[in-house]
Amino acid sequence: MNKQPGTRGLIFNEPQLWDKSRKGRCAVSLPIADVERCQLDASLVGESPELPQLSELDVVRHYTRLSQWNFGVDSGMYPLGSCTMKYNPKTNEVQAARQGFAGAHPLAGDEFSQGALKLMYDLEHLLGEITGYPAVTLQPAAGAHGELAGMLIIHAYHAKKGKQRSKIIIPDTAHGTNPASASLCGYESINIKSGEKGILEPAAVAAVMDEDTAGIMITNPNTLGLFEENIKEICQIVHAKGGLVYGDGANMNAIMGIVKPGHLGIDVLHLNLHKTFSTPHGGGGPGSGPVGVSEDLIPFLPIPRIEKDLTRYRFVTECPDTIGRIHTFYGHFGIMVRAYSYILSMGGRGLHRASQLAVLNANYIKESLKETLNLPYDRPCMHECVFNDKHQQVFHVTTMDMAKRLLDYGFHPPTVYFPLVVDAAFMVEPTETESKENIDQFIDAVKAIVREARETPELLKKAPLLTKVTRLDEVGAARKPCLRG
Amino acid sequence: MRYLPHTKEDIDEMLAKTGLASLDDLFKTIPDALKTKAPLNISEGLSEWDLNEHMEALASANIACKNYKCFIGAGSYDHYIPSIVPYLISRSEFATAYTPYQPEVSQGTLQGIYEFQTMITELLGMDIATASHYDCGTALAECALIALRKDRNASRIAVSSLVHPHHRQIMETYLHPAGYQMIQIPRTREGLTDLAALGAMEGIAGVAVQSPNFLGNIEDLSAFKAVADTKKILFIASFTESLAYGLLKNPGSCGADLVAGEGQSLGIAKGFGGPGLGLLAGTQKMMRNLPGRLIGKTKDANGDDGYVLTLATREQHIRREKASSNICSNNGLNAMTAAIYLATVGKIGIREIAQQNHDKAVYLKTALEKAGFEPVFDSPFFNEFVLKAPKGFARKRADLISKQCIFAGMDLEPYYPELKDHYLFCATETVSKNDMDQLAKEVQ
Repeated sequence: MNKQPGTRGLIFNEPQLWDKSRKGRCAVSLPIADVERCQLDASLVGESPELPQLSELDVVRHYTRLSQWNFGVDSGMYPLGSCTMKYNPKTNEVQAARQGFAGAHPLAGDEFSQGALKLMYDLEHLLGEITGYPAVTLQPAAGAHGELAGMLIIHAYHAKKGKQRSKIIIPDTAHGTNPASASLCGYESINIKSGEKGILEPAAVAAVMDEDTAGIMITNPNTLGLFEENIKEICQIVHAKGGLVYGDGANMNAIMGIVKPGHLGIDVLHLNLHKTFSTPHGGGGPGSGPVGVSEDLIPFLPIPRIEKDLTRYRFVTECPDTIGRIHTFYGHFGIMVRAYSYILSMGGRGLHRASQLAVLNANYIKESLKETLNLPYDRPCMHECVFNDKHQQVFHVTTMDMAKRLLDYGFHPPTVYFPLVVDAAFMVEPTETESKENIDQFIDAVKAIVREARETPELLKKAPLLTKVTRLDEVGAARKPCLRG
Repeated sequence: MRYLPHTKEDIDEMLAKTGLASLDDLFKTIPDALKTKAPLNISEGLSEWDLNEHMEALASANIACKNYKCFIGAGSYDHYIPSIVPYLISRSEFATAYTPYQPEVSQGTLQGIYEFQTMITELLGMDIATASHYDCGTALAECALIALRKDRNASRIAVSSLVHPHHRQIMETYLHPAGYQMIQIPRTREGLTDLAALGAMEGIAGVAVQSPNFLGNIEDLSAFKAVADTKKILFIASFTESLAYGLLKNPGSCGADLVAGEGQSLGIAKGFGGPGLGLLAGTQKMMRNLPGRLIGKTKDANGDDGYVLTLATREQHIRREKASSNICSNNGLNAMTAAIYLATVGKIGIREIAQQNHDKAVYLKTALEKAGFEPVFDSPFFNEFVLKAPKGFARKRADLISKQCIFAGMDLEPYYPELKDHYLFCATETVSKNDMDQLAKEVQ
């Protein structure tokens, strides 16, 4: 067995900022005042906020130490299912930091923002080419925000048709954000179960689809990592009753250059630039959730839209059927710059190759571990595969125990207990940027842990042992919330 | 391609394990009719050096490529960013992690955001701040939804017409499909929200007021709270310039129940409007209604302090359709950036920077008035103000941008048609007396 990456190492304790604070310190050299001081009326002025008072080195050491308590893609393999934790290229950061982008004021005017407009216009078209849609908006700020935009578009479409509908179909493999987004539009979620093969059966959709149902929200490939083979038929069933099909494109990383969702009958699709298009996840954002739509839905896209007249680009707001504005300006432009850089760096062939290798890596893990862990759906998978703890239950070892133990081996655990359709799921998405050696090491680690589950189960109950803190009292945290220092 | 590590031998060995003959076979479960026939119509990948050239050409096509002077605010502000802020936030342990689902290896993000929550509650005088939202506009829309959901007898919310026009548009987008309405409170001749008009409004679940408002004027938030109390409705305060609260009485001390704000001024580049930072805060009573993530302090199995995501029962992954919001990813890295900025400037720095913003704005206003601009409102302001421009200014302004890279204020007419020839100016600590004197000379 290869030597595993997880080991002991010195890290540092670091108190909260205010414990280091000493009256009179300041980590910024303040600009010298060159104009007269003007006091506002005392009735308007408050106390100076009680922020910590630190020297520059205090601040640098504080955040350096904090960073060392974190695990990122740059630290090690991060096979978090459904999150596509691929490598975040460093050149993308350089591109986004260029003064012409980072320093641009959003209200400078079209004439003085041609570079930004051209980049956004071109990115819309690149994403349209990858997904098969004639129009894309970049405005949504995250995947869930893209879902909301998509549902608002569906809502606006039905309103325009003259009859609003009250329900939406959501399969059991959906992301939790799907029903939450739908309910923001006032739609009641109708949950349906996937079939024995882990994919949707057209009959299940036909049984609930009616003329009061706005449509269906489908993730394809789904959260079991399986391709919804009946997608075209399902789209036809929904369309026949006047409904629309919403596609959750969180898993687009499996099918670039292989399938274009826009050609399957999916009417609206959101993407996550922070998944498929390599922008950093940032410890929970900022992401970006562009939405592609079919021809009929273009009038409903959020404003402003970008248009090109010969060689000039401009923002357009006169769109009578638009759902309106969903972000203060144009969305997360800095994230768009990174994704655009990624697409240009990869090229069309590179993106196709990325999807092929993402699927190869997932299938390799599935085949390598299916004798070790229970695999509820033993079928060729897409970019991720879902196991569970069925074989370990006799030792009273759970998915959570194995996940925590993986930390000691130097791996970020997979997504656990999701999708809900698998009991105690252990959902692995390696992504294409992990090499065979890294994956072999991960496989060895899982096998070693499964052995430990049999031989020394009490060890797994205590895991992780090498991290800065051990398992945390989440119940206590929720019972007596302490949300500020 | 340098991001793809697989050698031909790797691929062959891995395929052998799967029992498949080729990479194409991996996609056998997808019916042929569903596959695309043509390869993606996207050119070959660029080398890093070709990419640099291409991107610099695009960046240079924005006026911002040069060392320009920005006298525009309106929701996106030019402030100094100390070099330690971008330096520290680019540590990839922060940038390349995801949501801290595994707290044992995410204590950096967790303690950092807990400290962010704490510093935001200090800045705003509120009990609780969330781990962030997308931007002020979306945070404000969520606050309106909280008020509307809490009050079963009202389906309308009163919103000041001096809330950022784009934020009002977002609210409209969010509220309309849920069957709610927004009614706008008119403004007074002094460029303030009309308190008396609010008094006359019935059937509302809450009131939202921005201060400093979109015209730069400071609102009397306590007075709105008093009216909200008589009506037994929630009072929501918003702001686009977070540094104002280094100087002004904070919304909490004026009685705000909920606060939505933009945190871009706290160390985050303007970046053509995003990503910024949505700030969302509430009183203790609002805790279970707040959307999005919250970090809480707890203990580990050894009794040591640690931090976790908490109160997840409000959230979409547990509550699904009954969640307080659909938000999942927020603007975490920018929240961390703001925390680093706040720790850097500290109690002394934020006060001095805020005061300098005000001083510069007063100086610029006086200088422009001497240059022929007319004063419009007599209300106190922070770092933005409105002036009526002399004849011919629009052309001068365009020339100043293209020839000298000076952005002299923003035309208000597109937002408030009755304010023809009125411009909204902003001065921050980044403009010097010389810059302002030069501007005044140019527009004379």
